[in-house]
Amino acid sequence: MMRFTTLMKHPADWMIGKGVDNAIVLTSRIRLARNLAELPFPGWAKKGQRREALETLMPAVEGLSVMSKGFSKELDSLSSLQKQVMVERHLISREHAARGEGSAAVIERRQSVGIMVNEEDHLRMQSIRPGLDLRAAYDALSAVDDEVAERVHYAFDPELGYLTTCPTNLGTGMRGSAMLHLPALVLSDQIGQVLQAVSKIGLAVRGMFGEGSESLGNLFQISNQSTLGESEETILERLERVISQVSKHERDAREKLLEDDPEMVCDKIGRAYGLLRHAWIISSKEALNHLSLLRLGADLGFFDDDLVQVCDGLFMEIQPAHLQMHTGGKLSPEERDVIRAEIVRSRLQTLSPPDIGPIVKNTEEDDPPDLGIS
Amino acid sequence: MGMECDKCGKPAKVHLTQLVGGKVKKVALCNECAGESGVTDPTGFALADMLLGPTGPAMTGAKGTGVTASTGSSSRVACPSCGFTLDDLKRVRRFGCGDCYSAFREEVVQMLRGMHKGVTHRGKVPDGLMEMHQRKLRLEELRGKLEQAVTSENYEEAASLRDEILSLEEKVSTTEGGQ
Repeated sequence: MMRFTTLMKHPADWMIGKGVDNAIVLTSRIRLARNLAELPFPGWAKKGQRREALETLMPAVEGLSVMSKGFSKELDSLSSLQKQVMVERHLISREHAARGEGSAAVIERRQSVGIMVNEEDHLRMQSIRPGLDLRAAYDALSAVDDEVAERVHYAFDPELGYLTTCPTNLGTGMRGSAMLHLPALVLSDQIGQVLQAVSKIGLAVRGMFGEGSESLGNLFQISNQSTLGESEETILERLERVISQVSKHERDAREKLLEDDPEMVCDKIGRAYGLLRHAWIISSKEALNHLSLLRLGADLGFFDDDLVQVCDGLFMEIQPAHLQMHTGGKLSPEERDVIRAEIVRSRLQTLSPPDIGPIVKNTEEDDPPDLGIS
Repeated sequence: MGMECDKCGKPAKVHLTQLVGGKVKKVALCNECAGESGVTDPTGFALADMLLGPTGPAMTGAKGTGVTASTGSSSRVACPSCGFTLDDLKRVRRFGCGDCYSAFREEVVQMLRGMHKGVTHRGKVPDGLMEMHQRKLRLEELRGKLEQAVTSENYEEAASLRDEILSLEEKVSTTEGGQ
């Protein structure tokens, strides 16, 4: 089985979105909740019953074809820092990390499939893909689900579908979500309207980082709320349609910003560049927000395309547990801000200043800027 | 501060804002009620549940009264498989095991109202169950056709339908017995 350090060494394909259009939709994720028919749900199970569920499920999950040479660990064998790092990488949930004995995480080598055992439900399985591709993520996970179902007996009711601890997951047990980068909708003050429209259709929107309505780094997550009464197909179709629409709005907003207010765009991106290249103390909030602008700049042609990947890597690396893993010890918030700035500077060391010449010139000639966007 | 808890009227300590159906909803709670509603668990809590759910203050009208009235009599009912009680369900709004959904069917139906797009599962069915489910649906369909064939005195068709029904019934009973 794979070691923790090996798992952490390489970023997953979905984190850096290689070879896929992830300029606006960074990742697509599907989660399925499943439970054993014969044992109480983890939150109500006695210690022995949690163990029993674990012992029933581990061989079934570790033996999956997709999990060969994968990572598999009981959570109480990991340090709290290691668990925190996995949370920051979206490999396990915050709630799962808080559970100790009797819980486990099994993760595919390339981190595209992950299974939590004894989370809120006996099984929480997820599949992640770069870009917008919820179908592919679902198909992959559904095949995994079928394989597990051959080995264990799921709690299922013909009327209510897959039975889950919380009735909000009943039916398909499926939550589909996508992470979107929407800086232009935020800069042009359209974000509120767009998100309100999305939530009116019954989809949930939340910021990826930050508390409550605050969204750091202009990163948002859109997901389905309803899991019962519709097929997976119908739910995914609606989700993909809405996400494509939001993505198109963002694309239009980016073009319009450049057309209407190129100085403002250049100023924001230029300042973000200067700040990130030269800061020695930087908070998580400040770093996320400026990295978001650099990422936008890369998409608009101010920088090399590769910068998008660098930014996505940094979104992950500058989080608290990753910083502590980087230095190998506990850090005070003040120390974190220093290390964070150091990592950002080193990753951006070879980044040339934004190439704003052609954009400003183009607008003077009153022609639409050719940004290679179609 | 001066804000009162929306559930019990004690001084409020926890203030929540959530987007529900495109509208911003605000709720103020005291520490005890906040703990009970699970707001300290950010993933599990939905303000909508609280405002729109059957035990929420919006439904009960007068603060508190409706809630206590409904918890009195039947709260001792327990799931025969795992011992989870109706009280537990009202407290955590989660279930103890798969069988709880049968044990508390009435509460389930109430809880589901407005929570999802529908109340009947239309999605994936586990493999073995799928076949069985489809056979049962097919059986119902065939029985309907048989009845029609008989009323319209189409005996040839009726005979072939009857044969198909018999063989299907056999399959359903062997798979069910084999489980």
